[in-house]
Amino acid sequence: MTIKHLAASVAALAFAAAPAFAEVDFSGKTIEWVIPFSETGGSAKWANFFAPLLAQELPGQPTVVVKFMPGAGSTKGANWFQEQKHKDGTLLFGSSGSTQFPYLLSDPRVRYEYNDWIPVMATGTGGVAYLNPEDGANFDGSANGLKDVDLIFGSQGATGLDLVPLLAWKLLGMNVEPVFGIKGRGDGRLMFERGEATIDYQTSSGYISGAADLVAAGTAVPMMSWGALDEDGMIVRDPTFPDMPSFKEVCAATEGCETEGVAWDAWKAFFISGYPSQKIAFLPKETPQEVIDTYVAAFEAVRARPDFKEISSNEVGQYPMFVGEGAVKATHEATTVTPEAKAYVIDWLKTSYGVTIE
Amino acid sequence: MDLFATALPALADAWALILQPIVLGYLVLGVVMGLAVGIFPGLGGIAGLSLLLPFMFGMEPVLGLALMIGMVAVVPTSDTFSSVLMGIPGSSASQATVLDGFPLARKGQAARALSAAFTASLFGGLVGALFLTLFIVIARPLVLAFGLPEMLMISILGLSMVAVLAGRVALKGLAAAGLGMLIGTIGIADAGGSLRMASYDFPYLTDGLQLVIVGLGIFAVPEIVSLLRQDRSIAKDASLGAGWMDGVRDWFEHKWLSIRCSLIGVLVGVIPGLGGSVVDWIAYGHAVQTTKDKSGFGKGEIRGVIGPESSNNAKEGGGLVPTLLFGIPGSGSMAIFIGAIALLGSGDIEVGPAMLRDNLDITYSIVWLLALANVVGTLLCIAVSGGIAKLTTIRFTYLAPFLFMLIAFAAFQSGQNFEDILALFAIGLIGIFLRRFDWSRPAFLIGFVLSNPVEKFSNQAFQIASFRFRKSFEEGIDYLFSPIVIVLLIVTVISVVLGLRQAKSIMAEGAVQSGSKRAPIVFLLVIMAYVVAALINANAIPDYNLTDKIVPLFIGGVTLVALLILLVQMILRPETDALFADKESAGEDADAPYGLWGTLAWFAGLIIATYFVGFILALAGFLVTFLRVRAQTPWGKTLVLAASGIALMCVMGGALNRDFPPGLLQEAATLPWPLT
Repeated sequence: MTIKHLAASVAALAFAAAPAFAEVDFSGKTIEWVIPFSETGGSAKWANFFAPLLAQELPGQPTVVVKFMPGAGSTKGANWFQEQKHKDGTLLFGSSGSTQFPYLLSDPRVRYEYNDWIPVMATGTGGVAYLNPEDGANFDGSANGLKDVDLIFGSQGATGLDLVPLLAWKLLGMNVEPVFGIKGRGDGRLMFERGEATIDYQTSSGYISGAADLVAAGTAVPMMSWGALDEDGMIVRDPTFPDMPSFKEVCAATEGCETEGVAWDAWKAFFISGYPSQKIAFLPKETPQEVIDTYVAAFEAVRARPDFKEISSNEVGQYPMFVGEGAVKATHEATTVTPEAKAYVIDWLKTSYGVTIE
Repeated sequence: MDLFATALPALADAWALILQPIVLGYLVLGVVMGLAVGIFPGLGGIAGLSLLLPFMFGMEPVLGLALMIGMVAVVPTSDTFSSVLMGIPGSSASQATVLDGFPLARKGQAARALSAAFTASLFGGLVGALFLTLFIVIARPLVLAFGLPEMLMISILGLSMVAVLAGRVALKGLAAAGLGMLIGTIGIADAGGSLRMASYDFPYLTDGLQLVIVGLGIFAVPEIVSLLRQDRSIAKDASLGAGWMDGVRDWFEHKWLSIRCSLIGVLVGVIPGLGGSVVDWIAYGHAVQTTKDKSGFGKGEIRGVIGPESSNNAKEGGGLVPTLLFGIPGSGSMAIFIGAIALLGSGDIEVGPAMLRDNLDITYSIVWLLALANVVGTLLCIAVSGGIAKLTTIRFTYLAPFLFMLIAFAAFQSGQNFEDILALFAIGLIGIFLRRFDWSRPAFLIGFVLSNPVEKFSNQAFQIASFRFRKSFEEGIDYLFSPIVIVLLIVTVISVVLGLRQAKSIMAEGAVQSGSKRAPIVFLLVIMAYVVAALINANAIPDYNLTDKIVPLFIGGVTLVALLILLVQMILRPETDALFADKESAGEDADAPYGLWGTLAWFAGLIIATYFVGFILALAGFLVTFLRVRAQTPWGKTLVLAASGIALMCVMGGALNRDFPPGLLQEAATLPWPLT
C-alpha cells in the first residue's frame, strides 16, 4: 500500500465520519429490545408498539425484536442489563415504574444503577381515582366528607405503582384498606364492579377504555387525577382530564393535607417516577455518542410521524414522549428522591403494611 | 327484544366479514402455525402469539384476528398428540387427557384415542361458540355475580377432584395434593411479599415454580424414564389395534357426556381468574361420576378422554367473555391477544366494556372465527392422526433422546434460566417416586395448580368478609353464602363423598403390587421432612403478614396429620397391604432390563453437559452418545438422527427467536448462534 493510498483512505474515513451518526448502519442486523416483564404486561404492549416504528426509522431498517426476561419483579432483567456493555448498538432495554420503585426504595434485589444507563426515550401516563356512587356523593372536591368511611381497594401490592394512590389517600386522611394480591388493574376494576371494592384507580388508558363507561352509567364517580407535570416541574391538571381536579387541588381543599413538606415531596417523587416518566428505553453503558444520536434521531422521527398522535393514543395518550435530552431529564426525575422522602415512604410502608425493605 | 334487534344484524355482518377467501386463508395459516407450535409439549399459545405480534401492527383487523385466533384455537387441540402418544401433558388444558389417553396408546389404540379426542374438541368448540352467540350479550351480570367467595368455591370444587383421583389409599392422595399445594406456595407471596421456602440469595425460587415445569416433571419425566427402561415401543405389541373411525364412533356413543362437558368448559371459562387449569379436572371428575362401570378409568377408558377434551376447547370460547367484555385476560395468551388487538388497524378496536356496544360485529367475528378454526384444526389433526399414531410402534429408545431434548427446551423457555432445567430434573425425581410408590400424581398436580387460586381467593374473600361483618353480621353472611356459593358447596360435598367411594376402583397408575416396607417408609419420611421444613419456614413469617403464612400453615398441618396417620398405619400393617405399593417390586418396572438410576443418568448427563458447553453442543454429544451406546445404532443412522434433532431445535429456536441455555463455555468465549 502506498503512502498515497493510505492518505486517501484516511481522508475518506475522516470524511465519512464527519456527519457522525450517518455512519451507523444496521442493515441486516437484528436489534433486541429486552423487556424485564412477561409477554403479557403493559411494557410488552409498549415495546411491541414502538418496535416496528423504530425499525422503520433506524438506518438500514434492521429487524427490531422484543425479548422478554421476566423475573423477580423486573429486577432480574434489570440486573442482567447492568452487566451488559456496548457491543454493536443492537441492544435496547425498557424499564418501567416497577423497575424504578425498587431502585428508589433500595430493594435488596436491586443490583442495577440507573446512572450507568443511557436513556434515549421515555413515555408517561396519568391516573384517575374513582369511588362508588354512595361514597362518591360525599366527595365535594375535598376529601373532608370521606374521612369517616372505610373504603376497600383491590391492590397489586404496596411497593408497586399502587404506592402512589395509597399514599395519596393516606395524605387526604382517608381510611382505604387495600386487599392485596390481585394481578393487573383490570382485576381491580372488576372487583370494584362487583361491589367488593369501593374505591379504585386506573392509569389513563385503562380509565378511558374501562372505567369511563362506569362513570357514564352512574356506577362510579370520578374523584381526581394524579395530575401532570408542567415545564417547571409543577403539578397541574392532567390535560387528558381537564375537567377533573388534580390530587394537588383536592389535597389543598382537604383539611390536614399539605401540598408541601416531607410527605408531599415523597408522594411527588414517587408519582413522577411512576407516571409522567413511567417507561424508559435505555442503551447499555459505554455506548458511543454516534449510536446514541442514531437512536435519538430515530425516536424523534417516530414522534414526528404525521399519524403518530392517532396511532399512539392507546400507548402514550395525551402525554409527552420524551426523546434524547428530554428522556435524560425524565430519567433523572424518575430515579432521584431525597433521603427524607425515601425514609418517609419506607417508614410508612412498614407501619401501615408491615412491608420491610432491608 | 332490543338485544336481538342489534345482535342479529351484527351476527350477519360478522359472517360477511369472515366468509371472504382471504380471511379464511389467514385463518388456515394461523391454524397450521398453531398446530406446529402446539404439537410440541410446553410451547403453548403464548409462544405462538409472540411469534405473530411483530406482524400485527397496522394489519387489517379481521385478517389479524383470523391469524391470531387460528393459532390460539388449535393449541388445545394439537397438544392432545403429546398427551395421548407420550403421556406428556402438552399444556395445562390437557393434563387430564393423559390419564386415560396414554394407557389407550399403550394398548395400541392411539389412533382411536386421538380421533375421539379431536372429535370431542371440535364438538366442544362448536358448542362453545353457539352458546356464546346467544349468551355474550347478557353475560355481564353473570360474570359480575362471581365474586371472591364464588371463585374460591370453584377452586375448591376443582380441588375436590382429588377425592376421585386419590387412588387406592385416600390418605396418600390427600397427602400428595397437600404436597403439591405446598410446593405451589414456594416463592414470594402475592399478598404480603414474604418469602416462602426461598431466599433472595437464590433468586430463582422467589418467582415460584412454573406450571410447565411441574407438569412435565410430574408426568413426562417418569413416563419417559419408565418406557426407556423397558426398551420397547409405547404400544405393547408395536401394532395399532383400532383406527380413527373407531374414535369418531366412540364419541358419537358418548355425545351427551361431550355436551355436558362442553357446557362445563364454557361456564368455567367465563369466570375470569380461574382459567383453564381446573376445567379439565372438573370435566374428568364429571366423566368418572357419570360412568356406571368405573373400573376402566386410568387404564384407558375412552370417556376419560372425551370428557376433558370436550371441555378444554369450549373453555377457550368461554374465556373470550372476560377478555372481550371486561378487558381482563383469562390466560396468558389472552393477555397477548388483548395487546395485539390494540396494534391492529388504526388501533381503534379496544377490548373492554365498550366492545359489545361499539364492535358487536367484531365480537361475533371473533367467536365464530374461533369455531371455524376449531373445525379446520380438527380436520387437519384427524387427517394426520393415523400417521402420527405410528410413532407409538417405534422402539422407544429411538424416541427418548428427542423427548429429553424437547422437554429440556420447553422447560428452559418458561423462564430462560438454567435453573429451569434443574427444576425439571428435581420435579421429575419427585414424579418418579410418586409413581413408583403409587401416590396419586394427578392429585399432586391439582394441588399445585390450585394452590395459588385457593390462597389468593381465600385471603381476599376473608378480608372483604371481615369488612362486611364489621358493618353487620347479616351483611357478612350474605356476602359469604350467596346462593351460588351454597349450590357449589353442595356439589363439592356430593363429589367428595361419591369420589371417595369410587376412588378405589380408579387406579391412575394401574394395579401396583406391594413390596417390602423399607422403601415406601423412607419415601414417606422424606416427604414428611419437607412438610415439616415448610411448616417451620411458614411459621417464621412475622404475624403482621398473617395472610402469607396462614394458608401454608393450614395445608402443611393437614398434610402432616395425613402423613403421620399413614406412618402409624405403615408400622402396624403387614407388607402385603396396598399402602406399600412399589412398582419396583413387581411388574413392568421391576422386570425392566435397565435400572432407574442408569437411565436417569442419561438425562442428568445432558443437563451437566449443558452447564459446561451450552445446550446445542451438549445435545450433539448427548444424541450421538445415546444413540451409539444405549440404542446401539449404526454410525450412519446415528449421525442422521442427531443432525435432524439439532436441526429441529435450531428451526424452532430460530422461528420463535429464542435462545438456548448457555453454559460456562459461552461465558468464556463468544460463539455464533445457535451455539451462544
